[in-house]
Amino acid sequence: MADNAEILAGLAEIVEEVAGIDTADVTAEKSFVDDLDIDSLSMVEIAVQAEDKFGVKIPDDQLAELKTVGDAVDYIAKNQ
Amino acid sequence: MTQGRTNSDIEVVVTGLGATTPLGGDVPSTWEAVLAGRSGVRRIDGEVDWVEKYDLPVKIAAPLAVEPTDVLPRVQARRLDRCEQVALVAAREAWADAGSPEVEPERLAVVVATGIGGALTLLAQDDLLENEGLRKVSPLTVPMLMPNGPAAWVGLEFKAQGGVHAPVSACASGAEALAWALRLLRAGEVDVVIAGGAEACITGITVAGFVQARTLSQRNDEPERASRPFDVDRDGFVLAEGAGIMVLERSEFAAARGAKVYGKLAGAGLTADAYHITGPEPEGVGQSRAIRKAVESAGLSPTDVGHVNCHATSTVAGDVGETRAVKKALGDHPILTAPKSQLGHMVGAAGAVESIITLLSVKEGIIPATLNLENLDPGVELDVVAGEPRKVDLQAAICDSFGFGGHNAAIAFTKA
Repeated sequence: MADNAEILAGLAEIVEEVAGIDTADVTAEKSFVDDLDIDSLSMVEIAVQAEDKFGVKIPDDQLAELKTVGDAVDYIAKNQ
Repeated sequence: MTQGRTNSDIEVVVTGLGATTPLGGDVPSTWEAVLAGRSGVRRIDGEVDWVEKYDLPVKIAAPLAVEPTDVLPRVQARRLDRCEQVALVAAREAWADAGSPEVEPERLAVVVATGIGGALTLLAQDDLLENEGLRKVSPLTVPMLMPNGPAAWVGLEFKAQGGVHAPVSACASGAEALAWALRLLRAGEVDVVIAGGAEACITGITVAGFVQARTLSQRNDEPERASRPFDVDRDGFVLAEGAGIMVLERSEFAAARGAKVYGKLAGAGLTADAYHITGPEPEGVGQSRAIRKAVESAGLSPTDVGHVNCHATSTVAGDVGETRAVKKALGDHPILTAPKSQLGHMVGAAGAVESIITLLSVKEGIIPATLNLENLDPGVELDVVAGEPRKVDLQAAICDSFGFGGHNAAIAFTKA
């Protein structure tokens, strides 16, 4: 079980891999769309990689609710 | 020079060139290698697994000299099929070479062709679906495999809102793109067009398909001697990959911004054989008509055209037939060359890259030699440059491109 800091770090690595955003810029308050400029196609890739990395399921209706990096970290922490 | 009637008063000039080819990662290195007589063909069976796996009789190809993933940012490259990668690499060079024209987005169009499109993506994603299931299929699969992908990415990059088009006509695609660009400009629809072709699909199934069609050279032991258009010992073409892009402008627009000009894209001819799905019509009627249309559309007379950069792929049937079509259209004075002897066959990029070579030949007054032309096929009744490049003052030259499906394209270039 990863703690929130570990989840954030792991998520930041995925975002860096998929979207090329520096891991230091991937912080909890950032919005995937508005702040990090991540499009819907990249969000699908990020979700699939996060599922594999953290052993969670992120259904599409849940994915749509994950507006910020912090939302995603909280969801993964609760469901891993 | 005869001043005939064109279908428009608008003249079109070439202001930027870009390419990535088996001979170089840009236009200057490619042109230098072409003049130096180098070959981009090599053995590939040590680099790929599919030659041995499928026991393919063809173990040679002409891969890119510079990997696009070494040039493009990593994150951008992973969102693109290889054919889209090469299109962007060439388009960036061409746009920078043109001095990054300031043009209203609505007055900028893109016409970038591919013959095959993103088949490498289709194959890779199908493997993922088969072996790992739906979740592993990339959400970028469709934009990576669609044949309008190279054009669309170039359009996005340069904010072209005047229309983005992707003609598909197999090995004539790249030349056809230039012809459509000329039409858009002459119609007055836009001021600038980024046009050309891109192809990157050297893989097991494409090689196997061409092998079964009996079109590829099997001279595996002498890769650099395999592509030999017009030579009596030719035995097929060599599959290549690459991209070529031109920035084309309405001449007044280019002049107003003080752009440097390579020359004019003076005319284009497109025809179809309607004869056989792969075989060229034996009398070369459709090819000859395309060349004549290009000459007429340029306001030239046949005697003005001193040089034809041939489609000649190094197949037994096609090469000689093309020379008959040239003779029928223009007479016996044009001097010929066949760049596929060095570059291999870049399919949907071939007509664009070879148009760049044709234009540079006119500009520099030098026709590259046809590599490996040691014994001219006795069926060829025209003068083909062999051995060394030949210095010739050229007023106008034609670039031929023909494709499976009976597509014939001829593009006419003249001095600035």
